[in-house]
Amino acid sequence: MRNCEYQQIDPLALSVAPASVQNLTDKKAERLRRKWEVFPGKNRFFCDGRVIVARQSGVLPLTLGLIVVTCGLFFAFDCPFLVEHLTVFIPVIGGVLFVFVVLSLLRTSFTDPGILPRATLDEAADIEKQIDTSGSSSYRPPPRTKEILINQQVVKLKYCFTCKMFRPPRTSHCSLCDNCVERFDHHCPWVGNCVGKRNYRFFYSFIISLSFLTSFIFGCVIAHITLRSQSGKSLIQAIQESPARYPLMELVICFFSIWSILGLSGFHTYLVASNLTTNEDIKGSWSSKRGAEESGNPYTYNSILANCCVTLCGPMPPSLIDRRGFLSPEESVPTVSASEIEVPSFAAKNDANMCTQSTKDVLERMLHSSASYGLCLLGTPKTTPVGLEVTGAPARAAETSPTERCWHQTADAPCSPFSTSSTSDSIHSINPAFRLASPSPSLGRAMLVLDEAPDVSFIP
Amino acid sequence: MATTDLNCSEFHNDQIATLSTHSLQELQHPVVSTKVFIQRDYSSGTLCKFQNKFPAELESRLDRQHFEETIQTLNNLYAEAEKLGGKSYLEGCLACLTAYTIFLCMETQYEKVLRKVARYIKEQNEKVYIPRSLLLTDPIERGLRVIEITVFEDRGFVPTS
Repeated sequence: MRNCEYQQIDPLALSVAPASVQNLTDKKAERLRRKWEVFPGKNRFFCDGRVIVARQSGVLPLTLGLIVVTCGLFFAFDCPFLVEHLTVFIPVIGGVLFVFVVLSLLRTSFTDPGILPRATLDEAADIEKQIDTSGSSSYRPPPRTKEILINQQVVKLKYCFTCKMFRPPRTSHCSLCDNCVERFDHHCPWVGNCVGKRNYRFFYSFIISLSFLTSFIFGCVIAHITLRSQSGKSLIQAIQESPARYPLMELVICFFSIWSILGLSGFHTYLVASNLTTNEDIKGSWSSKRGAEESGNPYTYNSILANCCVTLCGPMPPSLIDRRGFLSPEESVPTVSASEIEVPSFAAKNDANMCTQSTKDVLERMLHSSASYGLCLLGTPKTTPVGLEVTGAPARAAETSPTERCWHQTADAPCSPFSTSSTSDSIHSINPAFRLASPSPSLGRAMLVLDEAPDVSFIP
Repeated sequence: MATTDLNCSEFHNDQIATLSTHSLQELQHPVVSTKVFIQRDYSSGTLCKFQNKFPAELESRLDRQHFEETIQTLNNLYAEAEKLGGKSYLEGCLACLTAYTIFLCMETQYEKVLRKVARYIKEQNEKVYIPRSLLLTDPIERGLRVIEITVFEDRGFVPTS
């Protein structure tokens, strides 16, 4: 299980220019790597960082398959008949809708949803310093919330233990992708990606256009069968006569999709109009039913049109993770990642020692595992900077570290180019059913959202 | 999608190159004394805005006025990027009609402003911060979370020009 004990970051361990400058010449000899190669979240990258998807693509192939197959059947079997009997615009409209749906879907799946890069070690240490103002030697974990005023309303900001920062308002940590996502709406398995600030408009246009497409195909298939049965035959005869009975299959797919897609579109239209996210709506963050105090949504513009314009037609924010940028030598020092880096604490906790070993053993293991640690973290054989960072630390450790155990866990974790923590996977395996749940708004409110320490957030 | 990300990377790389050049050439012995982080100000919502509070660590190095001017200008630039007006709506509607393929060829309003921010920061570094053994880091390098001001040890160097 993931070790949730917070590790204090010692500012002394944060080396600066000297160590990395020495290795500049070594660095120059190596190929300059791009930032996506060392991205700590659970994402996969294609086309040299241009395309980003979640590690678990969910049922995206199924979604694509259903759309392509249904439309293919429509064009192959319904269009010829309807062009003959109705109008030539039917395949044209169908074609336009199909292209729009597929483009929106691909855009939603392959766009960075608004991932917040994790705090650098310096930043995280600074935050800790600000919180731990008492300056006592005994270590305590930082408080998990900070209250701020937004538009005269109190909003609580939560501390993210993985990203080592206070999450901005409306940001949530997606455990499936292991990233904090701005304006987090939900993680959609149908699309295989989180839906957040940057791709919400694509997602909305996808479901709206898909509603139109399914309704259109449904209508056309009904028209097809009706027209066939009008020439004196019964309905069943008409279906049997229609080419290979495929229209029936389309009818079934469309019938079941329409309920959920139309429902989802309606739900998201409501969210857009009130400037809410699925996450907030499910948690009831701004519900007026809570107590006596008025807790309205502080982000709303109090006008449906304004809310719609802001959400859907607002300026397109840039990607903050800079996937294709090159790593500078100074930046090759890894940023904080709770699941992958467990820096031994120096003001060790007296109460939670899980294993006791001599300091010598600790040092030996650190030196021994620093190479493989670097390998795990960055995916390629790594030389001294990380090692220097890491081995410098235990030299100052006066006592054994309670994280010794999880240090070994991370060191032994299977190394892949975008290595994930084996401990986090165990959290995912708890609720596989939720990930594949149908996107029906009727189930929405019944679904459980866990928002405690593991920061699991998902959607129906 | 590709173009927008390329643009982002370009000015990120420019920034890195500029900073490396500055920090290595103009600061003869760059030893970092401390780093000061200016956090975001969320009082008006999720808009990108930084706190104008003058940090105590910079008391001896920098005038309050210079600092406030820098922060205010940055806040104004980001406000311009996120401004909701006819232009941004037009951009949004056009993008929607073309199924968002237009972002592949066109630079967004936000990205244009980010370039302005990068230029402004470079200029401020040259004029104000580096002569005082300080270095301003573009917030985009830190995910628009903080403005990082690196405080170098003041060894009374002479900036090479």
